[in-house]
This record gives sequence, C-alpha cells and structure tokens, in this order.
Amino acid sequence: MRKNLNVIAAYSIMMGLIILVGIFQSWNIALSIFNLCLISAVMTMGANIQWGYAGLINFGIMGFTALGGLAAVLISVDPVQEAWSVGGFNILFSLFLIIAMVLAVRYILKNYKKSKNRTYIVAAIIILGIIIIRFISEPGIEAIEGVNPAKTGFLGGLGLPIIFSWVVGAFFAGGLAFVIGKVALGLRADYLAIATLLISEIVIAIIKHEDWLTRGVKNVIGLKRPAPYEVNLQQTEWFISLVEKFNSSKLNLITDLTERQATLNQLVIEGSSVFVKLCYSGLFLVVVIILLILTQKALYSPWGRMMRAIRDNEEAANAMGKNVVKQHLLIFVLGSAIVGIAGAMLVTQDGLFTPGSYRPLRYTFLIWVMVIIGGSGNNFGAILGGFVVWFLWIEAAPIGLYLVNLTTAGLDDTHFLKVHLIESVPYFRFLMMGVGLLVIMRYRPKGILPEKIEIK
Amino acid sequence: MDFVNAIILLLNYIFVPALAYGSQLALGAIFVTLIYGILRFANFATGDMMSFGTMFVILFTFYFQSVGISFGVLPTALLAIPFGIIFMVGYMLIVDKLVFKYYRINKSPPVQLAMVSIGVMFVTQAVVRIIIGPSDRRFFDGEKFLIKAGEFKEMTGLNEGLAIKSTQVITIIVTLILVSTLFWFLNKTKTGKSMRAYSDNEDLALLSGIDPKKIVMITWVIAGILATIGGALYGLDKSFKPFTYFNNMLPIFAAAIVGGIGNPFGAFLGGYVIAFSEILLTYAYRKFFMYVLPESMEPDGLIQLLSTDYKFAVSFSILVIVLLYRPSGIFKGKVL
Repeated sequence: MRKNLNVIAAYSIMMGLIILVGIFQSWNIALSIFNLCLISAVMTMGANIQWGYAGLINFGIMGFTALGGLAAVLISVDPVQEAWSVGGFNILFSLFLIIAMVLAVRYILKNYKKSKNRTYIVAAIIILGIIIIRFISEPGIEAIEGVNPAKTGFLGGLGLPIIFSWVVGAFFAGGLAFVIGKVALGLRADYLAIATLLISEIVIAIIKHEDWLTRGVKNVIGLKRPAPYEVNLQQTEWFISLVEKFNSSKLNLITDLTERQATLNQLVIEGSSVFVKLCYSGLFLVVVIILLILTQKALYSPWGRMMRAIRDNEEAANAMGKNVVKQHLLIFVLGSAIVGIAGAMLVTQDGLFTPGSYRPLRYTFLIWVMVIIGGSGNNFGAILGGFVVWFLWIEAAPIGLYLVNLTTAGLDDTHFLKVHLIESVPYFRFLMMGVGLLVIMRYRPKGILPEKIEIK
Repeated sequence: MDFVNAIILLLNYIFVPALAYGSQLALGAIFVTLIYGILRFANFATGDMMSFGTMFVILFTFYFQSVGISFGVLPTALLAIPFGIIFMVGYMLIVDKLVFKYYRINKSPPVQLAMVSIGVMFVTQAVVRIIIGPSDRRFFDGEKFLIKAGEFKEMTGLNEGLAIKSTQVITIIVTLILVSTLFWFLNKTKTGKSMRAYSDNEDLALLSGIDPKKIVMITWVIAGILATIGGALYGLDKSFKPFTYFNNMLPIFAAAIVGGIGNPFGAFLGGYVIAFSEILLTYAYRKFFMYVLPESMEPDGLIQLLSTDYKFAVSFSILVIVLLYRPSGIFKGKVL
C-alpha cells in the first residue's frame, strides 16, 4: 500500500480536478474531458509499450489512429449497394492484382540470389503492376465516386455494430505496423522516428484522397452508436423518472406546475447528454482496465523482463540468445494495435470520421508529450500522463485567459496589447505543453510516476 | 516549333517552380544537416524555427513599409532579412543556453535531444502564433514578374508562355550565393575546417584544441541565417502561415536524409531531388505529348503518374526507398 501511495495520490488529484470542472463549469464538459482522457490513455499505453518497454520510437501514432478510425467507418457504415454494383468488380480485381504483385515480388526475392537483374525485374513488376492496376481501377473508382456524391460516393462498410471496429482497428493498425516494422525497424532511433512520421503522413494522404474508400475530405458523418441517442432518451419513461428522482429536492421547491415541467424538461435534456457520455465512459473504462491488466501482466512477466533487457542493452540480450529483431517487430505491432483501438474508439465517440483532422501535432507529438510527462515504462504513469496532458490541453484556454486578465489588469480594456493577448489565448496550450515537456525532461526525466523495477 | 513549345511548357510548369522550391528546401535541409552533424540530434523544431525567423522578417517589412522605406523593384523583405536574422540568432542562442546545453554537456543520447526539440517546437509554435497569429500573410511587394507569359508569347511568337516570377529568381540567386559562401566557409576557413573536424570526430577535435563552445555557437549562427533566409524566401514565393511551415519540416527532413544526413552538399542536392521528383511525378503531361506526338497519337487521359494530392507522399516514398537501400543517403552522409 505504502509504495503505491504516490500513484493513488496522483490519480485522486486528477479525478478531483475533473470533478471540480464538473462542479464549476458543467458535468457535460467534465465528462467529455474524462472520455477523451480515457482515449488518450489507451494511446499512451500503446506508445508506452513501444517506448517504455522496448525503447522504440514510433512517431507514426497519427497514422495508426487514423487506420483505427477507418476501421470504424468500414465496419459500421451500411454498404452502398449501387456503388458495389458499378465499381465493386474493378476494385476487387485491383485488390487481387495487388496481392498477386506482392506475392510475385516476394517469390522473386526469396528464390533468386541478389543481383542487378533481380532488382530490375522487381522494379519492372512493380511499375507494370501499378500501371495495370491504375488502368483497371480508374473506371471503377470514377463510377463509385459518381454514385450520389453528395451523400455516399464511396463503397460503404459492412453495416455491423461499431464496437467490432475496435478489434478490427487493432488488426488494421497491427498490419500496417508489421509492414513498417519489416521495413524500418533496422534503423537507428532518430531515423526510425523520422521514417515513421513520414510514413504516417503517407497513410493520411491516402485516407484523405481515396474518396471511393473513405469519402476523403468530404467526411463520413452519422456513424452508428453503441450508446442510446439523446433524442430517444428524452422521450423514454424510465429516464425521465430517473432524472426526476435525482433532482427531486430541487423540483419540490417549485410549486407552479408548468414551471416545474419546464425545469424538468431542461434537466432531462441536460441529463440525456450526460447519460450518453456516461455510457461511453463505461465502455472506454472497460477497455482501459482490460488493457491495463494485460500490459501490467506483460511487464512483470519473463517476456517483460526480456524486453527491458533488450531495451537496456541490445548486444547483451542478443548474446544471451534473444531474438532482438523479432521481439522488436512483435512489440511494434502490439503497441500500434493498441493505438488502433484508440483510433476506433475516438471515431466511435465522435460519431464522425474527418480525415482532414488528423494532424501530427495533435495525434503524434501530443501523445508523446503525454508519455514523457506521465512516466515512460510505467503503465500507471502513461495513463496519468494522458489524463494530465489532455486536461491541460482543454483547460489551457480558460487558465490562459485568467492569467492574461491578471497580468494586464492595469491596462485599459481596449488597449491593443490586451486585445491581442486575449485573441491569442487558444495558443497558450502549445506554450503550456512545450514548457511542461521541457521542465519535466530537465528536472524529472523519468516522468511524474517513474518506472520502478522490482527486483525480487 | 511544336518541340520548342513543349520545352517551354516544361520549363514553365516544371523546371522553374521546382528549382525555386528545391532551393527553399535545400536551405532548410542544410540547416537540419548542420544541426545533426555538429550538435548530433534530429531537430523537430526545424519548421517552427524557420517560421520564427520569417515572422521577424515580416514584422520588419511591415515596419519599413509603414515608414516608407522600399527597395525599388525588389521586395522590401530583402532589407528586413538581416534584422530578422539578428533576432533569430539571438533566439536560437537563448534556446541553446536554456535547453540544449544541459543535455549536450551531460552527453545525453540523441533521442533525448530529439524529444527536447519537440518541447522547443511547441514553445516556438506558441510564440509565433501569439505574436503574429495563425493566419495567412503575404508580405511581397515590388515587381511581381520578371517575364510575363503574355510578353514572352509576343516576343517569341510561340504558343506557350513562360512566366518567371521575380521571387523565383531571387530565391535561386540568393540560395546560390548563400550556399557557395557556406561551402567556401566550411572548406577553406580555419573555423569551417574545425567545424567539420568536430562533426567528424568529436574527441579527436577536442584533443587538437578546438573550442567546442565556439563551434556550437557558430553552428547556431549559421543555422539561424539559413533558417531565416530559407523561411523568408518560401514566404515571399508562396505565403507565410505557421502551419504550412510546420508541415514543411517533413520534406525538409526527407531532403536532408536523401542527401545523406550530416553532409551539407548532399542536403543541398537532396532539396532539388525532392522538389523535382515531387513535381515531375505529379505533373499532367497531356499538353506536352500533344505538342511532341503527331496528332493521330494524341493521348486522351491527363497522363499524370500520380494525382497532385500525393505531392508530399512522393517525397516520403523516395525517402523510404533511400532508407531501405542506402541508409546513409545518396551522397554518403554519416553511416547509421
């Protein structure tokens, strides 16, 4: 108990802060912060597995998040029959050709010795393949994008419940990570960082511009929900009585019947959105807890010990007979898969998929700030980092506004400096993140909750 | 005649823009490569540092314009660049003293320094946005075109016009002057040689009496000059927007690595490699073939290898291929 005191203290302070937001601002805001904190926590767990356990830098978090989001779309949206009938064949045939191409290249690489001729043949296959695939897919893509472009213009998905996408998103992200890992894991640390960052940009470019698959920048809206809709809740009998019961003391003070009904309606509307958010919180909490148990078990298992050994001294671990390359690949895939889950959760919560919103600052660098501030190598630290940083990211504007008002209190309200500063309050969050990261890295390089290795 | 038209078409839409864009990338790439070679970390704050320098150039340009100073046909920004550089170098030296120095002295691994540079990136981004705002700004004045498309058509009697913007010419000339001065400095002067020695083998350089503090300071000064000029030229040619500058970091990194990181000449050429391949692969060649081929063989499609949406993706794919087959870059930088 005693040695976990700092963990408990840190988490209680964090929960206290969120509750304070609930009391002073509104429960709606507090819960939406809490939900995104949970999603961020899943992302940081993924990044922490890679960085904290194995010392791999993955700056491609944005790409894996987006793939998770794509999974949510492909799973939950109803299939667009018309689009399938006009262009489905071309797309499937192109897909088949891509697989054939990859297999052919693999076959050649495996069965022939390295030579100039081999390189030329492989290059020829790839170039020829791309030309043929473009030739075949182009009419199909055009036809699909022509189907009711204002509403669909894409193939749609499978029409399954969106919850399934959390698993599928993990598989998507893991698959991509497998490919990237095969290609890039041999690189030195900072090169891996740059390579993954750029590859994730390629992924985003594809998601943004392949309209037949994702609708691109036209966005997919109105995804199905695992939680009830507010509008339906507001007309449900049991929910109204539940709200009545919760607020009975407040309602009893009002004697006028019509006024009482109006207040109740207001409360029901507020309550419904809080209730929906609570549903999401419950779902996310389950995911976070399952992942936390799994990652904790892994960390203290022989496998976790081996990962730390590889992280701390690759050569020594290699000499002890551990397959460093294989383990790196494994952990890269696992971590990315977790990020993929988070991506699917994020789209599930928002109910829309906006490829244009995936930007490295928000989905890669901010997650890294979370991991570093929270404490890499310690799962509780990483989750806490997700909470703290997301909380500050949202609350930075109010805090910034307060600080600006405080420091410029002596100035006139129309003074140009004050006006300018108040206009730029939203950017204080960048300042806060940067300074926070620098201070933590300088004075507490292991994060708020540092990694503790128990030697038994 | 058709053949000349085709050549002019390529010059107008591919060669001149790629040369200008490549010069802007090259300056950034040399900046990245110098920091990597001498201070030994990948600087993720590159794009934002460039926007920081450009911001001061813009502020001074606006000031000069308001007091009525102008540079004739040339953009006023050229006058403002030296002042921008002063602020930029000052900022970089302060950042180095407050942030990077500690890790350098402790001999932290490069990864940690790269993380720290992310912190610097956030702070710089905030400072730029707080001072000048996130919106798009144009600060170009003076004569816009050196040759206008219409005038060129009249002059030569060709169908295709060749338009050369003055910013493109300025970009290319300034880059050439700057880069040749830099190479002269690195190869011929004593300080430059000691910088290269320090980059090559730190311990040996220290043994032979090279002062590391001086080397680091000069590196930051040169980096500041490159970042400010590169950023200002990009802003003059296109426009200034902090977010675009942050994104430009990615092709700049690609250029530096493709050219062989730690190798300034490689970075210089890498910039052009990236710029040309981006534009060559995404240009629609339909008109070109219409001029070159006989009428019966005219193409119906756009003859575009990749849609322009994939401009960035092209450079990153090149980078990935280079990393796979020649991790030290085309021009042999540090072996990784």
